[in-house]
Amino acid sequence: MIPVLILMTAGIITGWIFHKKTIFLQSISKLTNWAIYLLLFLLGLAVGANEQILNSFHKIGYLSIAITLFAVAGSIFTAWITYHLFFKKKGERNER
Amino acid sequence: MKGSIIILFFFVLGLLSGIYQLLPEHLLKNDYSLYALYLLMFLVGIGIGSNKKSLQIIKKINFKILLVPLSVITGTYIGVSIFSLIQNHLSLIDSLAIGSGFGYYSLSSVLISEVTNDTLGVIALLSNITREIITLLFTPLFARYFGKLAPISSGGATAMDTTLPVITKYIGSDYAIISVFSGIVLTVLVPFLIALIL
Repeated sequence: MIPVLILMTAGIITGWIFHKKTIFLQSISKLTNWAIYLLLFLLGLAVGANEQILNSFHKIGYLSIAITLFAVAGSIFTAWITYHLFFKKKGERNER
Repeated sequence: MKGSIIILFFFVLGLLSGIYQLLPEHLLKNDYSLYALYLLMFLVGIGIGSNKKSLQIIKKINFKILLVPLSVITGTYIGVSIFSLIQNHLSLIDSLAIGSGFGYYSLSSVLISEVTNDTLGVIALLSNITREIITLLFTPLFARYFGKLAPISSGGATAMDTTLPVITKYIGSDYAIISVFSGIVLTVLVPFLIALIL
């Protein structure tokens, strides 16, 4: 995991140095997309060859959706508190 | 939305190639994905560092704006922690790691499957895609009943790009900067938080 973090930090510095080179950045953005496609393809490949995962795919699907509902509900709850404590202007009412 | 469909397409393509063994076996045995991940992390870093919006936004940082990504992280962790208590398939650690994607499904799924196992990677992928879809679909509702920060919070890391148009449409463009800021902070933090948790 540490090489991953070092590489990202190195990338941020590189990006900051070259942030005016539009053509360079456009090709980086394309390359990024293809790296993501390749990685997701490889993840699919590993999953497809793994019978254990395939057999429990419906369970995995339900779990994924359920955990997301909790993640979103929790973050909306704290966002609501933060909004009312720090962002909402006095006298501003909820536009219902 | 188009982006997530393309990504799902490649995932399903890989899935089918794996099931029907369309590719030579050495591709499966060797772990090429680690090198692809290294390349991706460097490229993602360049994308963040060169983002002109992020350069402008750094100048506008203040205490209040920092609270937004902080409340997204806190709220997400509260939510997934409760989830880990009410079922016994995903442990607290697993749930926190999946939550740490904040909608950034491509990176979080690959990172998590690299560190732990592919099952967890797939859950991270599906869960974080779902987070983006929920945000795209329910932003009007969230904005109306839970305040202007709710869609930003629901969007997580995607609030800087894929869900930004719909978010600004419903909470107003004066909140666009906060949305982009929160998304950028969360995007940068995704790999660090996953590394810290796993």
